[in-house]
Parts: sequence; C-alpha cells; structure tokens
Amino acid sequence: MRAFADYNPRKLMFAAAAVLTLAVAGTALAQRDPAYAAARAAGQVGEKMDGYLGYVTPPGGDIRALVEDLNIKRRALYSEKAQAAGATVEEYAFTTGCRLIAQTSPGEKYEGPGGGWLTRTSAPPQRDSRCP
Amino acid sequence: MIADELTRSLSPATSRVMRVWQAREQRSGWRAVRAAMMLVFGLAAVPLMLSGCISVTAPDKPIVIELNINIKQEIVYRLSADAANTIDKNPEIF
Repeated sequence: MRAFADYNPRKLMFAAAAVLTLAVAGTALAQRDPAYAAARAAGQVGEKMDGYLGYVTPPGGDIRALVEDLNIKRRALYSEKAQAAGATVEEYAFTTGCRLIAQTSPGEKYEGPGGGWLTRTSAPPQRDSRCP
Repeated sequence: MIADELTRSLSPATSRVMRVWQAREQRSGWRAVRAAMMLVFGLAAVPLMLSGCISVTAPDKPIVIELNINIKQEIVYRLSADAANTIDKNPEIF
C-alpha cells in the first residue's frame, strides 16, 4: 500500500471529478416523478398552505395515488424534523408550506391566504401573514 | 307511708297550641312546601338582581375563525431555515 501523499495529484483530481459527477447524477435521479411534475405544470395539483399537496381539479386515479404517496412521505418527514426541532408537525409543515409556495414556478397553483387556489405569476405569491 | 318520689316529670315547656301546630306541620309537610317556595322565590330574584348591572351587546364585526390560529409567527420564523434545508435535501417529494 502506498501512502496517500504518494498518489499523483492529477489522478486524485480525476477521481474527485468522477465522484462529483456520480453525486450530481444521483441527485438528478432523485428529482420529481415525471407524472407529478406534469400534473404540477398543468395546474392539476397545487401546494397548500399546510405544507401538503392538494387537488385543484378532480384527480384521476394515477394522480391521486401519486399525490397521496407524496403527502404520506411529506408527513413522515415533517414529523421527524418537527420532533428534532421541538415543534409540532403542523407548525413544521406550515413553515415548509410557506417555503414551498414561495418556490412555485409561474403557472403552478398554490393555496392563497383566503383558501382558494391561485396561479403563480412572476410576481411573489400571496402568502399567509405569518410566513417569513 | 310517704312515697319516696322526690321529683316528678314535668310537662314540656310548650303550650297546647304549639303542640297542635307542631303536630299539624309534621303531618302536612308544610315545612317542605315553605322551603320549596323560598327556593323558587330566591331563584326568581337572581335574574332580577343581575339585570340591573350586566348588559350584553352583540359584536359589530363578524366573528372570524382562523384555522391555523395555534401556529405562531415566531415559531415559523424559528423553523424557517430548517424547513428550507429539509426541502433541499428531499427534492423527490417536494
């Protein structure tokens, strides 16, 4: 075995680049499900104030299953993170909902402070007064 | 022989009229009726006494019930950075 310092720096850089490429590819794989992304873009599914996804139009069976699955996963994550942060699940979910509404892309739907569905424009979204 | 009776029982210190009234009250349940009447008049007097000092007015604004009233802004501010981190780390479900 050679000591770490004996490795060619160029080879090390190459290896580091390869690891980085794999990491980026891994992140890309963990992106949104294409059907979910399409439903969002089409305005069938929107971000609610409570941190979960909601149906803007009555969903088909596949969209419903997809959204329910995502909401269950979100709830599990919220409860884990809320416990770590010493907050309630609702508080953590609501805070995340503030962020998620802020991150929507133009054309996507979100729940406004009045409770109705709004379409995101290039302007900042209308959010609850408690959102940071 | 003198009888060795030193004392004799006295009649109770009530007059004949009182005994008659006592007997009548025990029979008729008049005490119970009197107690019930006092209770009824007592209860009836309460609203009369209160009406003089308490006035209730209807609010001029509609009552709004906010759904998430229990979530405080300071908590949202405290959790905000944590929430942003959570979203970034779990892009597949957001």
